[in-house]
Amino acid sequence: MDNGTVRLILQDDVLTAVLSGEIDHHTAQGMREEIDFTVNQSKPKKLILSFEHVGFMDSAGIGLIIGRYKLMESLGGELVVSHLSPKMEQIVSLSGVGKLAKIEKGETNYDQANE
Amino acid sequence: MIKPMNEMSLSFLSCSANEGFARATVSAFVAQLDPTVGEISDIKTAVSEAVTNCIIHAYRDVIGMIYISVKIFENGKVVIRIRDKGCGIEDIEKAKEPLYSTGGEERAGLGFMVMESFMDQMKVTSKVGKGTVVVLQKELERKQAKSANG
Ligand SMILES: Nc1ncnc2c1ncn2[C@@H]1O[C@H](COP(=O)(O)OP(=O)(O)OP(=O)(O)O)[C@@H](O)[C@H]1O
Ligand SMILES: [Mg+2]
Repeated sequence: MDNGTVRLILQDDVLTAVLSGEIDHHTAQGMREEIDFTVNQSKPKKLILSFEHVGFMDSAGIGLIIGRYKLMESLGGELVVSHLSPKMEQIVSLSGVGKLAKIEKGETNYDQANE
Repeated sequence: MIKPMNEMSLSFLSCSANEGFARATVSAFVAQLDPTVGEISDIKTAVSEAVTNCIIHAYRDVIGMIYISVKIFENGKVVIRIRDKGCGIEDIEKAKEPLYSTGGEERAGLGFMVMESFMDQMKVTSKVGKGTVVVLQKELERKQAKSANG
């Protein structure tokens, strides 16, 4: 089964979490723990959640976004969500999460960084 | 009543690892109707929501059985029934309200809303202490030029 994994890239004050696989209640738990651990350690000014490599997401993905928004807010930082597929955007728009996090369509250049 | 062209049923324990199993299995069965990528994604998402609800709400502190049955019809109709014998829902109308959740921090309260908007029809029946049944229905777009006796 295609489990959800997360790759974390810290560059200056920006932490990029590249999510991949399927996001549901089962897989979101591990992703959340990994992201929060690194956020609490490095206290970035900006957290980018990239959904480019996510093949499936249900409402657990929204929970993941809202939870990370609250965490970043408590640290005085900002949250950016990038590369949502049209289906994911449909769920995001139902949730109204767009009012909390900045939704970015364009490229993130994490691939050049640290590789 | 039109007879389904095929049907299946499935039961499994309410372990969260089965969320992926359930949506993959249902979508593999529905694939017989030659759905579009979008339709399969809608069905997967709705099944994932219903099954997750059984796991985190119906059987909150216990492990129980989850039962799914799927019927597919010649005209492209899909009927999916997801049943648990868990705690039940006291006020279904309230539970269906967007953002309503009894699930704590990481729950958005969107599951029923997602099921309703990704499927054509959703029916919820429940009895406190007995369990809950969610019936989801979707009419798939049939591609023409597929004559039955051709
Ligand atoms: N099978 C079930 N058995 C018992 N209670 C349920 C069941 N399904 C849903 N509920 C109740 O209905 C509420 C709303 O469900 P819904 O799926 O819309 O949101 P959620 O599960 O709380 O959050 P999300 O789905 O966004 O993670 C739940 O919080 C729960 O109280
Ligand atoms: Mg739910």
